[in-house]
Amino acid sequence: MKRLLSGNQALARGAWESGVRVAAGYPGTPSTEILETFAPMPGIYAEWCPNEKVALDVAIGASYAGARAMAVMKHVGLNVAADALFYAAITGVEAGLLIVVADDPGMHSSQGEQDTRRYGKFARVPVLEPSDSQECLEMVATALELSETFDTPVILRTTTRIAHSYGLVEVGPDRAPAADAERPTYRVDPTKYVMLPGNARRRHPIMEDNIRRVAEAANTLPCNRIEPGDRSVGIVTSGAAYQYAREVFPNASFCRLGLSYPAPTRLLAEFAAGVERLIIIEEGDPVLEEECRLQGLPCEGKSIFPLVGELSTETVYDAALRAGLVDEQPWRAPVARAPQARDLPALPPRPPVLCPGCPHRGVFATLRKLKVVVNGDIGCYTLGALPPLSALHSCGCMGASIGVAHGVALAGIQQHNVAVIGDSTFYHTGIAALLNVAYNQSRTVTIILDNSTTAMTGHQQHPGTGYTLQGRPTPPADLEGLVRVLGIQQVHVVDPYDLESVETTLKACLALDAPSVVIARRACALLPEARKQYRPLRVQADKCIACGTCRRLGCPALTKSDELYAKTGKPKTVIDPVLCTGCEICAQVCPVDAILFRNQLDDSGGQA
Amino acid sequence: MTESDRPLYAPQNFLLAGVGGQGTLLAADIVALVGVALGHDVKKSEVHGMAQRGGSVTSHVRWAEKVYSPLSAPGEVDYLIAFERLEALRYANMLRPGGVALVNDYRIAPGSVTSGGDTYPSEADEASVYAANLRALHVPAQALAQALGQVRVNNVLMLGVLSVFLDAPESVWREVIASRVPARYVALNDRAFSAGRAEGLRLL
Repeated sequence: MKRLLSGNQALARGAWESGVRVAAGYPGTPSTEILETFAPMPGIYAEWCPNEKVALDVAIGASYAGARAMAVMKHVGLNVAADALFYAAITGVEAGLLIVVADDPGMHSSQGEQDTRRYGKFARVPVLEPSDSQECLEMVATALELSETFDTPVILRTTTRIAHSYGLVEVGPDRAPAADAERPTYRVDPTKYVMLPGNARRRHPIMEDNIRRVAEAANTLPCNRIEPGDRSVGIVTSGAAYQYAREVFPNASFCRLGLSYPAPTRLLAEFAAGVERLIIIEEGDPVLEEECRLQGLPCEGKSIFPLVGELSTETVYDAALRAGLVDEQPWRAPVARAPQARDLPALPPRPPVLCPGCPHRGVFATLRKLKVVVNGDIGCYTLGALPPLSALHSCGCMGASIGVAHGVALAGIQQHNVAVIGDSTFYHTGIAALLNVAYNQSRTVTIILDNSTTAMTGHQQHPGTGYTLQGRPTPPADLEGLVRVLGIQQVHVVDPYDLESVETTLKACLALDAPSVVIARRACALLPEARKQYRPLRVQADKCIACGTCRRLGCPALTKSDELYAKTGKPKTVIDPVLCTGCEICAQVCPVDAILFRNQLDDSGGQA
Repeated sequence: MTESDRPLYAPQNFLLAGVGGQGTLLAADIVALVGVALGHDVKKSEVHGMAQRGGSVTSHVRWAEKVYSPLSAPGEVDYLIAFERLEALRYANMLRPGGVALVNDYRIAPGSVTSGGDTYPSEADEASVYAANLRALHVPAQALAQALGQVRVNNVLMLGVLSVFLDAPESVWREVIASRVPARYVALNDRAFSAGRAEGLRLL
C-alpha cells in the first residue's frame, strides 16, 4: 500500500532500503527530519555531529571503509563542509557516498537561498533533484549506483517544498538483514586516497573523466525524461519547479531533468530541436539555462521567471502570462483582486517570537538595558533582534558571533559589545573563534545561551546534552571546562531567569580588561522537564499602573487588559494563564510589584 | 497555445491556517489521510522551523486524481479552515470565488498589537473581505470544545464542521481521527468531531 510520506521521510526510507549503513549530519531546516526518521531503523548507524564538516568527513570515512554512507545537511551546511566535498570529489569512493543537501528558496528559515547545484559544477560532483516524495525515495538508489559506478560522491538536492511536502509513496522491499552483517576489509590505496600533490595531480584528470562519463550516461538515465506534448513550447525544468510548470502548462512538451548536473547534452539538443520555443523554468540560479546556452541552444529562462525567492504555481503563471506563453486562466484570478478587499488596512503581521518562558528573554532584556552592541548568531535567540527587545545587532552564519565581536572590539568603538551564541552553535563553530579571543586577548564578552538542546530545529541532542541521536547515553561535554581550557580565565554561570545576577555579572565582565565568558544556563521552556514546572502568574489589577514595562519584554503571555488605568487611560496588563509558564521575568521588571511571584500565589492562582 | 479550460484534474483544495501550537498541522494530517482513504492522489505541504515559534502556520492539502504542485495558488482554495480570526483574514485571498471559509471564532492578538501600535482587524474589516464573493462561517469551536472539557480538541471539532461540506463518509473521518490521536484521547476527539458535525449541519 502507498504511504503518505514527506520528502524527508521518503529519503530516510530510501536510504534504508538502499543499504546505507552509516549516516551523519547536523540539524538544519529543512533537512532535520531525514536523520530523525532514519536513526531508529534497524541495522543502521546514525549520528548528529557537532557540524556538517565533521559529518561529511564521517560519511567519507565510512565510504572509504566500504560501507554505503550518507551525510545530511541544509544548504549553508555545505559551505561548512565544502572542504570535505572537494577532497572527496577528487579521491572518489569505495562504497556509495550520498550527500543530501536541502536548499531553502524563499528563506523560510535561512539566511540566504544559495543554489547547491552550483557546488556540483564547482566540485565536479553529480547533483540529483527529486520533484516529489516518490522520487526522494527512488533517487537515493540512483545516487548510490552513480556514486559506485563513476567513483564519485553524489549530491541529492532537495528544497523546502520537496522536504516538507507529503505525497503518496510506493515503498520498496524491506532491507535484507544479511547486508548489515558484513564487515568489510579496509582497502589500502594511497595513490587514490592520500592527496599529496603528486597523487592529486594524477587524480584530477581521472575526476574530470569520471564526470564526463556521468554526463554521457545522463542522456539515457531514466530520471531525465522527455514528456511529449504540444510542440510550440518546450519546457526544461527540475525539482519543485516541474510541479508548478505542469500546473500552468498542462499540454506543453517537457524535458524533466532528475540529474541537473552534469547536463545531458544530447537529450537537451534533441528536445530543443523538436520544439518551437525553448523555455527553462528552474528555482534559484539559471543553472540549466546556462548549460543550454553553452551548447548554443537558444532559450529563455530568467528573463521571464524570477531569480529571487521560491517559485509557485502563481509566480510561474504570472510570469508566463506576461511573456505571452499562456492565455489567461480565469480560475487563477485571486479573490484578493476583487474591489471589496482592496481597501483593507494592512493586517498586523504574526512573525515568530521568543516563546513564553524563553530563558533567552532575560538576557536580551538585560542587554537592552545595558545598551551594548550585540553580535549574535543562528538560533531561536536571533529573534532577540525583533521589537520590542531589539537587542541583537548582527547575525550572519553559524558561529560568526564570536569572531565578529572580536573584530568589533578591535576596531575600537564607543560602546561595549558582546557576542551571543547558543550552546549547540558554540559546539558547531564557536570553539575555534573563542580560542582566537583567548589567544589574542581581546576584551570580548561571550555569552553562551545554554538551553541544553538544539531548540530552533526542534530539540535535537548535541555534545552537551548527554545523549546521541540514537538515544545512547554519553558523557556530556563540560562547557565551563572547555571554555577554560581554551584559555578563558573569567568564566561565570548565571540563571537567565535571575535578572539581577545576569546584570551584575555582565557589568563586571564588561569592566574587565580581559576576555570573559558568561554561560546563561536554563533549559528551553518547551522541554518536557521544563513543562512540568509551569505555574502561571497573575497581575493584581488594582496595583497595575499600565506603564507597559512588562509588555516590552515581548512575552506572548502578556497582553493588554480591557481595564484602563484611570490616571492615564492606558490599558493595564493581563497574563494569559494558558501561555504563562511562570518564569517571573515580568514580575522582576514590574516597578510597582503588581505581578505576583510563584511563591506569592496560592493553590487557586490567587494571592497567598 | 491556449490553456483556457480548467484542467479536468482540478483538485479539491484545502488550506488550514492557525497560530503555532493550535493543532493546525495535526488537522491537516487528518484531512490528507481522509483523502488517501477515499482513493485520491494527495499532497500536503507545510513549513517547519522558524514558522512554528508562535508564528502564523499554514498547511495546504490537495486531493485529486493526480496532484502536481503541493501548494494551491491564490484563488484556487475550496475550503479555508482557520483556527483564528486574523489568520482567516490573512489567507482569505487564497479562496476561489464562492469558496468557503470556516473560521474558529477566536482571537489571538499578535505581538505588534499587544506591545506595539497595530490594531486587530475589526468585524467590519472582516465583513469587507468576506463580502468579496466568499462564504464565511464562524464556528464557536473554542467554546464548544471547552464544553467537552478540553479546549485543545477545537481543531478536530472544526474538521467535524468541514465534513458536512464533503462527500466523504463520516466513518472514514472517524477512523482516520482515531488513527492519528493518542489512544486515551480517541473518545474525546470522536465527541469533538460529532459536536463539529452538529454545528456544521446547523450552519449549512
